[in-house]
Amino acid sequence: MKKILPFAIRKKYAVQNIWFTVLWISMILVCLILGAILAFIFARGAGVISWEFLTSFPRKGMTEGGILPAIVGTFYLVLGSIAFSLPLGLFSGIYLTEYARPGPTVRIIRVAIHCLAGVPSVVFGLFGLSVFVKFFGFGVSLLSGALTLGILSLPIIITSVEESLKNIPLSFREASLALGASKWTTIRKVVLPPALPGILTGVILSIGRVAGETAPIMFTAAAFYARGLPNSIFDRVLALPYHIFGLMTEGTRPDKQIPIAYGTAVVLLVLVLGINFVAIYLRRKFRASKEW
Amino acid sequence: MPVFFQISPAQFFLGRRWFPTSSPPQLGILPLLLGSLLVTGGSLLFAVPLGLLSAIFLAEICPSGMREILKPVTEILAGIPSVVYGFFGAIILSPYIRSLFSLPTGLTAFTASVILGIMAVPTIVSIAEDAINSVPREYREASLALGATHWETIQKAVLPASFSGISAAIVLGAGRIIGETMTVLMVAGGAAVIPKSWFQPVRTMTATIAAEMGEAPFGSTHYHALFAIGLVLFLITLGLNLVVDHVIERYRARFQ
Repeated sequence: MKKILPFAIRKKYAVQNIWFTVLWISMILVCLILGAILAFIFARGAGVISWEFLTSFPRKGMTEGGILPAIVGTFYLVLGSIAFSLPLGLFSGIYLTEYARPGPTVRIIRVAIHCLAGVPSVVFGLFGLSVFVKFFGFGVSLLSGALTLGILSLPIIITSVEESLKNIPLSFREASLALGASKWTTIRKVVLPPALPGILTGVILSIGRVAGETAPIMFTAAAFYARGLPNSIFDRVLALPYHIFGLMTEGTRPDKQIPIAYGTAVVLLVLVLGINFVAIYLRRKFRASKEW
Repeated sequence: MPVFFQISPAQFFLGRRWFPTSSPPQLGILPLLLGSLLVTGGSLLFAVPLGLLSAIFLAEICPSGMREILKPVTEILAGIPSVVYGFFGAIILSPYIRSLFSLPTGLTAFTASVILGIMAVPTIVSIAEDAINSVPREYREASLALGATHWETIQKAVLPASFSGISAAIVLGAGRIIGETMTVLMVAGGAAVIPKSWFQPVRTMTATIAAEMGEAPFGSTHYHALFAIGLVLFLITLGLNLVVDHVIERYRARFQ
């Protein structure tokens, strides 16, 4: 027997249905838009990509040839920035969680780190220009760019180190200290190993961010055109994101440069999304397997 | 900072003309500031409704199997480099916008707003979804037990409770948009004039730094002025982040 609900209640459910439809539509819209952007770029760029495109040098003023120097340049920049920011970030994070006494100073440092994470990347570029390029005299070079990107990724790394260390239960530390281990031994042998996957996630996420950044390297490292691979850390480098920008805005043959830019965009997207995928996969796996 | 020895702060902030290469250089950042505000405000018009509705969807009514996929996908998409969005906006979207509104150029504040709005959506979704999810279960149960429908529960119990988290998501999204450089540089057109309509090219603070830093002679007034713009940007985002930190702090204190 079907009961007929009073009008007021039916109305409530009708309102609910309308709103739920709106929610569904907005989610579908978001998926469609983002999907369309990716689909457009992949559809137009995938045809350009070939083994030769990935492994040869640009020729004839960027109108032909491949993007090998840009791939290598991005690789060097990422490597350099991580070599700088990983040790610094790791030790700062360890200090902040394990050694520093909680108080106003630590609170201020923490707020400062959070705020640093939100600073526009172009401001990091200005910082890199004035400090590394001019003040230290490294010039527009791989070194300046890597250091700038390293500073950009520091807040992400420090935050992830802190978060992972905080998740390790106090009882682990107490057990180790009770066995007579020193504080540093405790951190090294007991606290760090289980925190490692979390730290790794942060590092991989920051690699993804660094690989896609353009504004910070514009005035610190990037070159639009290079014949060979960089020979020293004081050379300018090509980088994938800047290469897309350069192909769009400079040069004389847009009709030939745009397809190359599509191809470069596909390579960059695959790289960055792949890196993020690995990081997020690791994080979920790690969260699922946590047993304490 | 040394720019203020050469021109007065009033001229710098309220000057209506940005002609760095004329002599004497005119370095009023008002057009750039307004350009940034216009583009940011415009993109929030797209990003906030879309982002919030999607976040509510994900947190409340999404089937759980779908959620397991959508949540990480939004996180991954949050990492699409801005230069790719800029490229998409300039090459694919702007011709459509040009013919749709029959404009002289497709590179306008409107185009930039659309693209930046799309960019900010994943950020807003993932933070707002976390905020909605962290509303204690008892709030929902109490509301449902009183006979409210699911939607009434969302509207009257869950959303007010997660209000501060949601506003943090919006402010962080706005911070991301205002600091975005490459996309606006490629899409917004780049005319450093005080914008009169949404459908004309504008230049933002970030794009000005990126476009002119390469040309400004080291140590010139222009060079220092660009650094001063950087400082203004830095202070704006710093302020936004401090607000967010404060809000989140209060929010944690309330729920624990």
